[in-house]
Amino acid sequence: MTTIDYESKIPNNVELSSDKRLQRALEHWLPQYLQWWHEMGPTDFETKDVYLRTAISVDSDGWAQFGHVKMPDYRWGIFLAEGNKDRKIPFGDHMGEDAWQQVPGEYRNWLRRVIVTQADTEPASVEQQRLLAHTAPSLYDMRNLFQVNVEEGRHLWAMVYLLHTYFGKDGREEAEELLERRSGNPDHPRILGTFNEPCRSWLDFFCFTMFTDRDGKFQLLSLAESGFDPLARTCRFMLTEEAHHMFVGQTGVGRVVQRACEVMKEVGRDPKAVREQGAIDLPTLQRYVNFWVSSSNDLYGAEVSSNSANYFGASLKGRAWEEKKYDDHTALEQSKDIETWDGKTLSHEEVPLRNAMNEVLREEYIEDNQKGINYWNRIIKEQGVDFELRLPNRRFNRNIGMYAGYRFDLDGKPIDEAAWKAGESAWLPTEDDRVYIDSLMVKVTEPGKFASWIAPPPKGINGNPLDFEYVRL
Amino acid sequence: MSTTTPVPASSDVAHLDFDIHPKDFTHWRLEVDGDVARLVMAVQEDKGQRDDYVLKLNSYDLGVDIELASALNFVRFAHPQVRCLVITGALDRVFCSGANIMMLRSSTHAFKVNFCKYTNETRLGIEDASEHGHFHSLAALNGTASGGGYELALACDKILLVDDRSSAVSFPELPLLGVLPGTGGLTRLVDKRKVRRDLSDVFSSIAEGIKGKRAVQWDLVDRVAPLSKFDEATTEEARALADTLPELPAEQAVEPDGARPVFREDGIDYDHVRFDIDAAARTAELTVTLPENAGPKNAAEAHAAGNAWWPLAAFRQLDDALLHLRLEYADIGTVSLHTRGDPAVMLAIDELLESEQDHWFVREVRNVIRRVLKRLDVTSRSFFAIVDENSAFAGTLLELALAADRSYVLNDPDMPVQLGVSVMNGGAYPMGNGLSRLESRFLGAPERVGEILAKPGLMDAETADEMGLATSAPDSIDWEDELRLALEERASFSPDALTGMESNLRFAGPETMETKIFGRLSAWQNWIFQRPNAVGESGALKCYGTPDRPAFSYERT
Ligand SMILES: [Fe+2]
Ligand SMILES: [Fe+2]
Repeated sequence: MTTIDYESKIPNNVELSSDKRLQRALEHWLPQYLQWWHEMGPTDFETKDVYLRTAISVDSDGWAQFGHVKMPDYRWGIFLAEGNKDRKIPFGDHMGEDAWQQVPGEYRNWLRRVIVTQADTEPASVEQQRLLAHTAPSLYDMRNLFQVNVEEGRHLWAMVYLLHTYFGKDGREEAEELLERRSGNPDHPRILGTFNEPCRSWLDFFCFTMFTDRDGKFQLLSLAESGFDPLARTCRFMLTEEAHHMFVGQTGVGRVVQRACEVMKEVGRDPKAVREQGAIDLPTLQRYVNFWVSSSNDLYGAEVSSNSANYFGASLKGRAWEEKKYDDHTALEQSKDIETWDGKTLSHEEVPLRNAMNEVLREEYIEDNQKGINYWNRIIKEQGVDFELRLPNRRFNRNIGMYAGYRFDLDGKPIDEAAWKAGESAWLPTEDDRVYIDSLMVKVTEPGKFASWIAPPPKGINGNPLDFEYVRL
Repeated sequence: MSTTTPVPASSDVAHLDFDIHPKDFTHWRLEVDGDVARLVMAVQEDKGQRDDYVLKLNSYDLGVDIELASALNFVRFAHPQVRCLVITGALDRVFCSGANIMMLRSSTHAFKVNFCKYTNETRLGIEDASEHGHFHSLAALNGTASGGGYELALACDKILLVDDRSSAVSFPELPLLGVLPGTGGLTRLVDKRKVRRDLSDVFSSIAEGIKGKRAVQWDLVDRVAPLSKFDEATTEEARALADTLPELPAEQAVEPDGARPVFREDGIDYDHVRFDIDAAARTAELTVTLPENAGPKNAAEAHAAGNAWWPLAAFRQLDDALLHLRLEYADIGTVSLHTRGDPAVMLAIDELLESEQDHWFVREVRNVIRRVLKRLDVTSRSFFAIVDENSAFAGTLLELALAADRSYVLNDPDMPVQLGVSVMNGGAYPMGNGLSRLESRFLGAPERVGEILAKPGLMDAETADEMGLATSAPDSIDWEDELRLALEERASFSPDALTGMESNLRFAGPETMETKIFGRLSAWQNWIFQRPNAVGESGALKCYGTPDRPAFSYERT
C-alpha cells in the first residue's frame, strides 16, 4: 500500500492530515490522476523544469509561490477560500438559513450533477491543449500554457475533493469517471460539447482561454453563491486562478491583434498581404472569435430551463454576484423578458425569472466578452488601423437552446440555408484558414524570441525579464 | 393525422385518428431491411397534439404514441418477414425522455389516465408481438432513456445502452415529479427483468439514473457498448434476436388500412360496427354485425381478402370505437354491447381461425382480436351485453358477452335467441390474467368450463342461463323494463366507484405482470395523480418546470 506524505505533497487547508476518509479516497485516486496526467497532459514535457506558480495556502503570500518544477511533481493542492462560520444561504428557498456544511440529502443528486458537470470541464481543457507546447510561439507562452494546464488539474482536484468528502461511494466513482471520459473521444466524450472541440492551434487556445474559460468564470461565480458552503468556498478560490487563464487569452489575442496591426500599417489591410508577412489577418481572427464565442454561448444551456429553476430554488446555484448585485434573492414572482424564437419569428416573452437563470448568466457573460472585444479594439485604434472586431450575435451558430438547428447571420438575423452556405466561409474558420494558421505554428524556444504572428507581451512573469528561461528545455 | 385537443365531452368532439400510415408519421421513421425493422424516434418538438407544450428531447404525447402503435400494427401486417424490431432514437445523447411533463401537467385527470392506459397497451403490444407474433424487439438506447423512455425500453426483449460515460437509464418520476413510472416501469423492473427490489428502490430514487457497467450489473440493461461499436452491437443483437424465430417465407404483405370511422352527431359508423350514443342518458350502444356468410374458406382466401376479412375488419373497427369512447366520450358511463347476424356464420369463421392458425395472417388476425378484447377488459366503462333476438353472441363474439360486466339474455320461447360456443372460447383469447374469459368467469366452478366447451355449437337462452352465461334472463314481458332499470340504476352510481368495482371484479384469479400494471401500478398512479402532493398548488408535478419548488404534506395515508 502506498503511503503519501500528505502535508508536503498536497498543500491544503482542509486538514487533510487528520481526515482519514479523504486520505483513503485520495490514496486510490492519486495514482490514477497521475496516470491520467501522464497520458493526457503535456506528456512530452514531463521532464522539463517549468517556472510555475504554486498555491500553498490561501493567504496573500501563499497563493502564488513561483519556482521551476517538473509538472508531474507539481503540488496540486486543495484549497477553500476562507470560511465564515456564520454564513447564511444568500438566495433561493433556503435563503437566510445557515449555510450547509454537509450535503442536504434531498439535493444530493442535484449537487453531485452540478459538481460533476463543472469538474468535467477541468481535465477536458488539459486534454484539448495537450499538444500545443510543441508549437509554442515562445517560452513565455509555453509556460503560460503549462500554468493553465496545472491549474486546470488543480481545479479537478478541488472538485474531486468535494466528491470524495461529501458524496461517499458515488462520489468516488464519479471522480474516477472524470478521468475516464476524454475530450473528443467518440466513445466516452466529455459532457459538454465545447470541451470536445479540438484546440488545434494557439489561436484556438487563446480564444478558448478568453471565451471558454470565461464561461468557467461565470459558472464559478454562480456556484460561489451556493448554499452548500464547501462548494461556495472552493469556487471562490478557483476564481483567482481562472482570472489568470482569461488574462492569457485576452492578452494572447491582444498580441495577435497588435502584430496584425503592425503589419497592416506596412502592407495595408488586404488579408493576403498580411498573411504574406506571417501575421494573422484580422478577418481570420474574427472568424475564430465567432466560432469560440458561439460554441461557448451554448455552455449556458437552454434559455428557459426547469433545471436552472430547480437549482436556484434549491439554493444550489445563484446568479453571478448574487449577494452584491441583487436586492431580491428569491427570484420568485419576478419575470424576465426573454427573446423567443419559434422557428420562424422572433418575439419576446415574460418567463418566470427562476426559469430564465441560464439566460441571466449568459447575458452577464456576453457583457463581459464585449469588454474583451473593446480592449482589442482599443489596441487596433491605438495602432491607427481602421478595423473593428465584434461579438457575433448570441443566436449565431448555436447548437443548444431555442436557436439550435436554425441559421442566423452574425447580426442574429434569421437566414435560410442558402444564405448560410454563402456566408459561412466569411463567418467561421475555413479549412484554408486552419491550414494557414497551422503553417504558422512553429515552436520558438530561444528565450526572449517570439513567433512572427504574435507581438511580445509588455512584461514578463513575476518581475522576470522576457528572455527569462521560463521553460528549461 | 388529426392534431386537435382531445375534449372529454361527447358534444363538439374533435376526433383523433388512431391509424396512421408510416409515410405520414411525424415523429418516427420506420426503416425495414430484410427481417429487421428499425423504428427511429425523432419527435418533432413543435408538432405536439396541443400547442401549450413543446416535445423537447424526444418526449412524447398521445400523438407520438399513436404513431408508435400504428407502426407496430404496420410491421405486423405489412412486413410479415420481420423478425426483429429495433427501437432507437434520432437525437444525440438522448434516446427518449418519456411522457412530456408539461403535457401531463396541463391535461385533465381523465385524459392523463386514458393517455397512460393507451401507452401501457402500446407497450404491452410490443411484448405481445414477441410472445405471439413474429418479431422480437431490441431497445437500442443511443442516449439517455429516462422515465417513459426507459419504460419503453423495458417493454422490449433486450436493452442495449450506449456507454459514453454519461448516457443512463433512469426513473426520475419519484425524485423530480412526485409521481410513479406508471407505464409499467416499476412492474417490469421487478416482475419482468427481476431486478432486486432494493436495487430497484435505489434506482427509482436517483433522478439521473444509472449508467454503464452498473446498469448491466443491476440488470437494468442487457448490454452496454461504446459509441464507436454501438451500431455494430445493435446489428449483432438484432440478428441474434431475429434468429431465435423461424424464418418466414416471403409472403404477400397486407398493408393495414384504418378503421375508417364515419362520425355523426350521435355516434360513429363503421362497416361492421356501430356506436350510438344517448347523451342525455349517458349511455351508448356498441353493435357488431356479422356478414351474410362466412366468406373465405381457407387461409389463402382469408389472406387474399386481407383487410376486408370480416374478423380483422370488425375487430379493428371495434378497437377504434373503444379508443374514441375512452378519449372523446368521457361522460358515457355505460355501454351496452350488441351483436347482429347469424351466429352460425361466426362459428364458421371461428373454424377457420382455429384450423388455419399456423398461417401468419390468420395468426395475426387472432392476435388483433385478442388485443382488442383485452382493450375492452380494461376500458373503464360499464359494459352490459344485450343478448336479444337476432343477436349472435357465438364463439369469438361470445367473448364480448364474457368480457361484459353483466349479460342480459332474452329468454322467451316466442323470440328464440341463440348463443354459441366454439373452440375459440377455450383459450384463444386469454385475458391479462392469463386465463380465458370462461375460466375467469367460473373460478368457483372450474368444471363448468369443460362442460361448456364440450358442447360446441349453438345453444338456446334457457341452456345459456343454466350454464351460467346469463346474469339475468328475463322473458319478453320483463325484458324492456329490466334493461331500462339496470341502465338507469347504473347511470346513477358514482362513476369512480364503478370504475374501481369493475376493475376489481373483472380480473379474478392469478396476477400477472399485465394485471399488476393495470390493477396496481395504474391504480396507484391514478391516485397519486389526484393528490395535492402531485397536482395541488405546491405539488411536485405542478411545480416542475416552474420557479416554485414543491412543498409536500408529509402525512402518510
Ligand atoms: Fe478551471
Ligand atoms: Fe480555466
